[in-house]
Amino acid sequence: MTATPGTPDASPVLLDVRDLHVEFRTRDGAARAVNGVTYSVAEGETLAVLGESGSGKSVTAQAVMGILDVPPGRITGGEIRFQGRDLLTLKEDERRKVRGREMAMIFQDALSSLNPVLSVGEQLGEMFVVHRGMSRKDARNKAVELMDRVRIPAARERVGQYPHQFSGGMRQRIMIAMALALEPALIIADEPTTALDVTVQAQVMDLLADLRRELAMGLILITHDLGVVADVADKIAVMYAGRIVESAPVHDIYKAPAHPYTKGLLESIPRLDQKGQELYAIKGLPPNLLRIPPGCAFHPRCPLARDVCRTDEPPLYDVPDGRGSACHFWQETLHG
Amino acid sequence: MAELKKNEAAVDATPNVMPVETVDASTTQEAVAAIEAPVERGEPILQVRNLVKHFPLTQGILFKKQIGAVKAVDGISFDLYQGETLGIVGESGCGKSTVAKLLMTLETATAGEVFFKGQDITKLSGRALKAVRRNIQMVFQDPYTSLNPRMTVGDIIGEPFDIHPEVAPKGDRRRKVQELLDVVGLNPEYINRYPHQFSGGQRQRIGIARGLALQPEIIICDEPVSALDVSVQAQVINLMEKLQDEFNLSYLFIAHDLSIVRHISDRVGVMYLGKMAEIGTDTQIYDHPTHPYTQALLSAVPVPDPEAREGRERIILTGDVPSPANPPSGCRFRTRCWKAQDKCAEEVPLLAVPERFKSSDTPAAHESACHFAEEKDVVHAA
Repeated sequence: MTATPGTPDASPVLLDVRDLHVEFRTRDGAARAVNGVTYSVAEGETLAVLGESGSGKSVTAQAVMGILDVPPGRITGGEIRFQGRDLLTLKEDERRKVRGREMAMIFQDALSSLNPVLSVGEQLGEMFVVHRGMSRKDARNKAVELMDRVRIPAARERVGQYPHQFSGGMRQRIMIAMALALEPALIIADEPTTALDVTVQAQVMDLLADLRRELAMGLILITHDLGVVADVADKIAVMYAGRIVESAPVHDIYKAPAHPYTKGLLESIPRLDQKGQELYAIKGLPPNLLRIPPGCAFHPRCPLARDVCRTDEPPLYDVPDGRGSACHFWQETLHG
Repeated sequence: MAELKKNEAAVDATPNVMPVETVDASTTQEAVAAIEAPVERGEPILQVRNLVKHFPLTQGILFKKQIGAVKAVDGISFDLYQGETLGIVGESGCGKSTVAKLLMTLETATAGEVFFKGQDITKLSGRALKAVRRNIQMVFQDPYTSLNPRMTVGDIIGEPFDIHPEVAPKGDRRRKVQELLDVVGLNPEYINRYPHQFSGGQRQRIGIARGLALQPEIIICDEPVSALDVSVQAQVINLMEKLQDEFNLSYLFIAHDLSIVRHISDRVGVMYLGKMAEIGTDTQIYDHPTHPYTQALLSAVPVPDPEAREGRERIILTGDVPSPANPPSGCRFRTRCWKAQDKCAEEVPLLAVPERFKSSDTPAAHESACHFAEEKDVVHAA
């Protein structure tokens, strides 16, 4: 696939996901959650994966991390190459060494991701005790260091406190600290600020961007918020019904979307700087993953849909300047 | 404005307000409104005056004694006019949902008045309260938990008729419910289905149909679209605007998404820690904010346009919202404010048009509770 967007030639590719397929077995048949996703992240690069609920953005990330629920989930095809190795062929104990040490994940809901009966210092320090074999005392000092790094004030005093004693924003910082602990090459953040207030969200996104720059990590940012993406991402992959429908460097996609779904999304959000008329609404609903429409999955909701869209599944066409669009009529969308 | 405050003080002093004073207050309010916005707004349908809700904090098991109070709402006042949408924004814990519950009389106010067409609903009970409640309905945030999974859609939407049978006689209900389904854009044949058979957006439409059932004049919407996907959000917002025009509804639209609030609101109030920080028309608040908190809030909104973003000033606040059980003295925002001075710790700033803008007719001349109110555009690229 040549349409992997704007990877700077200088930095080597860190993660390369190719034609990934994931299914979930249900009583009513197989739900095809991921249908041939291809993306790559270079060292120090931020890829934003944008999509609505059910688009497969989180399932892809879980497959990459190796934390997919199997069963009912099942990877039915594709490769996940990380630093040159195909993770899907690794044994579970080898995979475990990659997880945490080489790649780490930040989840949406910090309160339910942290253990309520252990102090944050113990939870942060555990990483060092388990992976590095450090003593408890050294691990505790490391925990303080990490809390400093994610700018939690009075870290030394607060290291013994429990998750409920921290505010939402501070808890998310602890999650970030935990992900950073072993200095992984790749961090996957799944909706890291969705549960936070807007002023706190700005603080946390700022922190993430700074840390990524300092540590030259690869970052996959999974979100449904077109605004959050615009701030930090280098490139964007838009997902719909388990496929990437558009990929592009961040500036291009907002200026001129090349897929009707992206275009519809951008037009359906109200603006902050002026009062608009009636909002554009994408008609209909996202498809049921048990019965994904034939041809282009977006065709029942698409204003441009023609006969070919109902029968032929569009490949991810190359669009100039290193972009890709899975629409038969991308030229029309881009220029019209 | 000074005149208005005098009136409010008078209302304060007499808990049992006489109708004369109410009328008085509303005419002053109207005069002010006429200066602020050239559009004729008519009588306010809902007037909130110094509304307070404190939740007591107690200690002890057998002998409970009060050791403090969470000051969820601490003296807020605003008007809602017929047919308009008043947006209320603020972060979690600022008291916006408590305001909704107080207006619904689901919570009892600690102090203050809520006048619905001149009648103080916080003092009502029994039949009179029931009559008022018919006119103020609510749409909830989470369409997954606010619909009973064991009731059919027809029963859910028709349930308000059991409580207020005068709206729809028994034999007529099924037809009424089908009409309502049609109005909110659902197939009337779905009347016997259960909530789990619908998507999130469709469920929210069911919630809206239930809110409309009793033909209320006011609908309080507490984060009605925040649980929905972006592509579905626009559908529900458009529906709500269409219904407003059709039935001349007044909305109190509570949300944390500032872009959506701007889109749907005629006027916007910004809340912080139980107080109203700033209130005005959408242009006044978004294009000419004068309160530092509003400015910080607006500047923190991620805008889906990287180019517009680069030209904007960003204000990153430090720290978190203080606990409403122990709010800072003076101005509640001072602990996070970059303009704070000694005066801010000593004097509570009143919600009023700032002195310096009073004589001019700039859009900055709207109510703002800051000692050092100053206009600053944070939304548009420089």
